[in-house]
Amino acid sequence: MTMRLWKIFGGLKLAGHKTMSMEDATEATPLPKILTLPLKQHIGHAAEAIVNVGDKVLKGQMIAAAKDYVSTPIHASSSGTVIAIEERPVPHPSGKTTDCIVIETDGEDKWIERVENANYRQLDASALRNIIRDSGIVGLGGAGFPSFIKLNPGPGNMVDTLILNGAECEPYITCDAMLMQEHGRKIIDGLNIMRHALQVERCIIAVEDNKRAAHTMLVNALQEHEAEYIDVVQIPTLYPAGGEKQLIKTLTGKEVPSNGLPINIGIVCHNVATAAAVADAVLEGKPLISRYVTVTGEGIEHPRNLDVLIGTPLNEIIELCGKRSEANQYIIGGPMMGFEIADTNIPVIKTCNCILIQNKKTEAEFVMPCIRCGQCAAVCPAQLLPQQLYWYARAKNFDKTQDYNLFDCIECGCCTYVCPSHIPLVQYYRFAKTEIWAQEQEKKSSDIARQRHEFRQFRMERKKAENEERKRQKKELLKKVSGKKDSADDAKKAAIKEAMERVKAKREAQSAIAKNTDNLTEKQKKEIAEIEARRKKAKEEN
Amino acid sequence: MLATILAIATLAIIFGLILGFAAIRFKVEGDPIVDKIDAVLPQTQCGQCTYPGCRPYAEAIANGEAQINQCPPGGEAVIHELADLLGVDPLPLNEEHGEHTEKTVVYIDEQICIGCTLCIQACPVDAIAGAAKLMHTVIEDECTGCDLCIPVCPVDCIYVKPVTETINTWKWPLPEVNQPTLKDLLDLKHIKQEQQS
Repeated sequence: MTMRLWKIFGGLKLAGHKTMSMEDATEATPLPKILTLPLKQHIGHAAEAIVNVGDKVLKGQMIAAAKDYVSTPIHASSSGTVIAIEERPVPHPSGKTTDCIVIETDGEDKWIERVENANYRQLDASALRNIIRDSGIVGLGGAGFPSFIKLNPGPGNMVDTLILNGAECEPYITCDAMLMQEHGRKIIDGLNIMRHALQVERCIIAVEDNKRAAHTMLVNALQEHEAEYIDVVQIPTLYPAGGEKQLIKTLTGKEVPSNGLPINIGIVCHNVATAAAVADAVLEGKPLISRYVTVTGEGIEHPRNLDVLIGTPLNEIIELCGKRSEANQYIIGGPMMGFEIADTNIPVIKTCNCILIQNKKTEAEFVMPCIRCGQCAAVCPAQLLPQQLYWYARAKNFDKTQDYNLFDCIECGCCTYVCPSHIPLVQYYRFAKTEIWAQEQEKKSSDIARQRHEFRQFRMERKKAENEERKRQKKELLKKVSGKKDSADDAKKAAIKEAMERVKAKREAQSAIAKNTDNLTEKQKKEIAEIEARRKKAKEEN
Repeated sequence: MLATILAIATLAIIFGLILGFAAIRFKVEGDPIVDKIDAVLPQTQCGQCTYPGCRPYAEAIANGEAQINQCPPGGEAVIHELADLLGVDPLPLNEEHGEHTEKTVVYIDEQICIGCTLCIQACPVDAIAGAAKLMHTVIEDECTGCDLCIPVCPVDCIYVKPVTETINTWKWPLPEVNQPTLKDLLDLKHIKQEQQS
């Protein structure tokens, strides 16, 4: 069956360099002594450790739980003892450290008890999503977005097509191609599970036409009834045909809107390796604890693919493949979209698909001025204007870069590749993007500071008003109380006055009637009369 | 003649009514320019601009009482944004108010803290938690780095530290490019000519 394919805008035909790492079958790496498992290996919030230093853990045991919706748990890749939970360097362009759980393996590689769900068709979508989330499955194509979220279309979104991305368009990387060749059946099982969870009819597996063996393997693995709803499609080899938006365009002719998601146009797209991980998780109860990693490049003596436990030191797998002494450039990912690392003393994480080791040119190429040739615009698969973006990003005019849809840039690197002046265009876009995110974050925190300051002022005003009110009330109360006191005093005073007057009156009355006035001599009577007269006189004078 | 005057007068009355109605119906409460200026300011609430907070400074700018270059935490970026907003020329930062530094936060040495609450009262954004005679601590996420708590501390137990960049706040640097000098270009030309000949 042939399907109509659409052409994407721009893109490049690049030398594949793929055969060098596809000569040997994939080998599992020997069990490392130390496993370093970063708590954040995905897009979203870091997981939270649920084990302590000194704990014994089994292979496949959950050691860190998802903290938020956009987050996934982390599992022990082998049995052993947790020897540290601390900051360690991880694969990241910054070379910075982040929290990791470090396990010393005991060599027994003993599995935890597993729940197998061979009859997954009896489970509903939500139960399947929970299994997929609890198995720590993230997009294995490189971005690492938690897969269960993409299996939850949400209300109002109708999904009609499920696409498995096996294009693997970037040069050197062959881990998906090897997985398709070696585990085609597992990928189709995973696809069936995802199809059941999403309740979609139509499925497409897209493979670039330079991977004949993988295509044949998948077609042969299809059962007869499955062939009715699954199309295994060969798409033309063109970089970046494997970009999600580009693949959707190639297969369906539909374009994902700017700032939109494939789900908005009824499409869900997963990587083939993710599908295999889903099959492992649901059918065998194995969480995501290993992945295929391509170790390749001119700096490697024996380029090949390895089945690596998550957390294995990168050094060990590079040694395993033999590093040439002159090799000095280490890239995680491919040559177009990967990032360079300075130190290889880091673990393999869920999103590491390839380690590219090359001989770096000693002399950096001169960067010449932009001559407005327009080659970058001709190859940009997102149909942006790379020159304009470059000018504005360089001038730190970030509003303008957003006017030119900076965030539709998929950082494929085509513009940098073709630029005759060797301008590192993508670096400018990455710079502008992270600056804009930082500015947004700053804006958010300054808004919070404003709110907190305003609330504090409101609180102080309120406190002041409350104090005033309290003072006023107290004063009033005092006034009332003192008013009462006055009247009481008056009454008392009146009573005292009355009593004194009474006493006075009594005394006066008493003084009027003198005592012992009987049997007085004439002389005494005369004296008394004189005294009385004097007293009277004195009284009158007073 | 009379008809013309009447017609013009009628039109004048009609338009006058429309304008009068619009003035009432679409009346703008408050001064929107103050809000816009306030939105640009970094909300550190440090008072280095000599005004008691970002909003009073925004009001002062709007009233033409203050220059746009008095905000050290905002630095050049804020000055340029304000200049754009107000349609004036950007000025260099006025050094009298302080120098622009990278964002910092403070932390309290909890061994020394005596629990006096003075810093809690000084903090403009309520970013210090604690109570009388109990140890205080800074809520780092909410700290704006205004340093207002430092002078009030009687035991000098508050220190400034720069905000460390984590893997989540890391930014791609502006690419360093190897631009050729005139000599390099002449050499290149020379090599090309040699190759051609």
